[in-house]
Amino acid sequence: MNLVFSILMLIILILIPVIGVGALGLNSLFAIFIPYLGFALFFFGLIYRMIDWARSPQPFKIPTTCGQQKSLSWIKRSRLESPATTWEVYLRMFFEVFLFRSLFRNLRADFDGKRLIYGSAKWLWLGAILFHVSFLIILIRHLRFFVYPVPGVITTIDFVDSFFQLGLPPIYLTDALILAGLGFLLLRRLIDAKVNYLSYASDYFPLLLIITIAATGILMRLYIKPDLYAIKQLAYGLATFNPVMPEGKLSLLFYIHLFLVSSLAAYFPFSKLVHMVGVFFSPTRNMANDNRMKRHVNPWDYPVKYTTYCDWQEKFRDVMEEAGIPIDDEWCKETQKQA
Amino acid sequence: MSKLPKPDELLKDLDLHKTPEKHWMDIAPEFKPGKFCYAVEPQVMEDLGRPHLGKWQPYDEKWPLPDDWKERILKGIRDRMERFRSFKLFMDICVRCGACADKCHYFLGSGDPKNMPVLRAELIRSIIKGEFSFFGKLFGRMAGARPLTEEVLKEWFYYFYQCTECRRCSVFCPYGIDTAEVTIIMRDLLHELGIATDWAMKPVRFSHFIGNHIGLQPHTIKENIEFLLGDIAEITGLNIEVPINKKGAEILFVTPSADFFADPGIYTFMGYVLLFHHIGLDYTISTYASEGGNFGFFNAVELAKKLHAKIYEEARRLKVKWILGGECGHMWRVWHQYHNTWFGPFNYMDIPRSPITGTVFEHAKDNKIVHICEFTADLIAHGKLKFDPSRNDHVIVTFHDSCNTSRGMGIFEEPRFILKNVCNNFVEMPENTIREKTFCCGSGSGLNADEYMEMRMRGGFPRANAVQYVNQKYGVNTMACICAIDRAVLPTLMKYWVPGVEIAGVHELVGNALIMEGEKERTTDLRYRPLKGMEEEV
Ligand code: SF4
Ligand code: SF4
Repeated sequence: MNLVFSILMLIILILIPVIGVGALGLNSLFAIFIPYLGFALFFFGLIYRMIDWARSPQPFKIPTTCGQQKSLSWIKRSRLESPATTWEVYLRMFFEVFLFRSLFRNLRADFDGKRLIYGSAKWLWLGAILFHVSFLIILIRHLRFFVYPVPGVITTIDFVDSFFQLGLPPIYLTDALILAGLGFLLLRRLIDAKVNYLSYASDYFPLLLIITIAATGILMRLYIKPDLYAIKQLAYGLATFNPVMPEGKLSLLFYIHLFLVSSLAAYFPFSKLVHMVGVFFSPTRNMANDNRMKRHVNPWDYPVKYTTYCDWQEKFRDVMEEAGIPIDDEWCKETQKQA
Repeated sequence: MSKLPKPDELLKDLDLHKTPEKHWMDIAPEFKPGKFCYAVEPQVMEDLGRPHLGKWQPYDEKWPLPDDWKERILKGIRDRMERFRSFKLFMDICVRCGACADKCHYFLGSGDPKNMPVLRAELIRSIIKGEFSFFGKLFGRMAGARPLTEEVLKEWFYYFYQCTECRRCSVFCPYGIDTAEVTIIMRDLLHELGIATDWAMKPVRFSHFIGNHIGLQPHTIKENIEFLLGDIAEITGLNIEVPINKKGAEILFVTPSADFFADPGIYTFMGYVLLFHHIGLDYTISTYASEGGNFGFFNAVELAKKLHAKIYEEARRLKVKWILGGECGHMWRVWHQYHNTWFGPFNYMDIPRSPITGTVFEHAKDNKIVHICEFTADLIAHGKLKFDPSRNDHVIVTFHDSCNTSRGMGIFEEPRFILKNVCNNFVEMPENTIREKTFCCGSGSGLNADEYMEMRMRGGFPRANAVQYVNQKYGVNTMACICAIDRAVLPTLMKYWVPGVEIAGVHELVGNALIMEGEKERTTDLRYRPLKGMEEEV
């Protein structure tokens, strides 16, 4: 049901440019206006989200300590999992963001007769890494459409990526890997009973959307070769805020690709995909475990009423005297004076 | 109390891969005996000046909710989004990858999908989407959104009191989403209407008005301690005094009150005082600040702060230099993560320094609180203590990291170092069940109520299962821990799943092994069990 709904949404998304460009001929709307709109939503949406999170304070210092704290000098501590300094926090975050360290720890729990056993479960980590890293490289590769002259880094990445060409006609390594990663993530959602049970349409939809974007991209590279010069013209114009409709013809497939990319960009900040920036804000990971070393201030903290020593002593004066527990009237006088 | 099924029955239908036919939103919780805690008595809430629903029980068909309950909850949610970045963020960034799913001991012991941390958080996430977000309202269930109803409230009560705030899920989540934090906030939110459990609120009332969870009055505390000192005299031949409310002592020692009166915590307490006596520590305990534990933390942030404030008034009044904390789990989570924010700065105290070894506890320089395991490990490392570990030869020990001290503090090596010095037989449980991956006792966060026994045994099953393994393989007969709730609930858990395994505090074993000046030859341990080779004498 969730999957069907997502597929329907996707089909609608594909039909929009098909009708818009193919039937109505609204070429510049789809080549210029919608991409701008998508990226504006992406950009301002993300900024909005970040400001929104930042506006709420993190009242308490609550790092999850996944390793030995810093305490006695001779005890070996875990700088990565229980960081005590800002520098160590950066390290922890680096490993989280670029290598998905927490996910790498993943275990699978199961019954072996009456015994619970825990196996390593790195497939999710692998699928996620494949997808995310390939996505990043593909994005960088695409920059060659937008900048002129193309910087060496990008050409190098492009070269290396296509150097390991797979099959004939040649396909980029990352193109294959991203499909493998996404395919795994999608299959996992469908096959693993637990994950299937907790998946919504909003979990399938982004996967399907990105798969389709990748697929249309690959199609263009392999079969329906577009007019590269026209694309460059368009992209360069968009990037320099000097948009022009290219002289050459842009294929319908290209319009679909572009529209889906714009949709993804627009969808990004308002969906779970914001985890991309959210992860940097995660208090259990980005705070140091130096709670007893350095004070953390909560801006909305307020004093609370508690049972003071004097109230308490008054209540138990008799039994205390009888039991020979010292009575302290001095303190009560002192605190009353202050109050 | 309901009848507790036999261990085998409990596991019979457990399947971690089967999921219900129906969408989780269509399944209402069933309040079956053994699986929920009773509602708080109105008087308790009244005494504390907090709202309540009057007399009711969770299984009542209709809850006596006030007319404006919905507005109050929605306002409460908005308020918490504004005050807790953690909450707001965790609601937004979960990708439902399921990495946390089979990490929760309640899921592993019950197979109930709503005990997967991700779905537990969805219980509130879905409401935020359904009530506050445009797309959520538009796409409804497809986007994981639903409206707030009375059923939802019941579900919250049920499942947020089926989370022990143990944080195991947080370790594995790629974004560090901490469902424990969500639970803490959700219980706080339910308090807006006065929805709470009796077992967790009565100790709060006692702690607030009298000073500790079970309402021990000052003279009773003193009597209890004297009773324990009598036992110590009999076992070791030493006459020891425990300073009470002593002004000008160097150190204030605070421990969970269970250590004063409840078996087996009392043996841990005997261990502390033997140690302090042996090194001639200038310390005091307080009958006013007589509780280190904090059931407020299991209910609402404000209550938590209320209960611990007295520790600082007492530190000021007695003019101590720093505070030493006993073996406790959630007490230490609160002390370590919250105190410095709530009660600092503590410039009326000194940076903690061990009067015996001269070690300055740099890592506690601002908070001025040292964990007793840090303190003792330092003594041992400096060769200040002599042990006869063979006095612990009748036990084969494993160590249970409690959730709070491990995932909320990072204390792993200190207790192990101590144990290896005082015992000859120390065995670790399987790697994936200890340290930061440790399993909860199943009864933490105020869920140690008797009426909740079935869930406790289910939730504690993963822990017990690992103990069973070392019990069968290495003959482990004792599990040491540094948490008072563990000491209170693990004996029950062991009796159920792994009969024959006892629970001990780390300092109980220290007390057993410590070679002290002027003591007589010991023939029993602190529990009057004969030492190995001494069976005849007793
Ligand atoms: S591991 Fe984290 S992101 Fe994944 S489902 Fe659980 S809470 Fe969500
Ligand atoms: S904090 Fe512990 S009990 Fe709560 S959901 Fe996470 S793993 Fe389960």
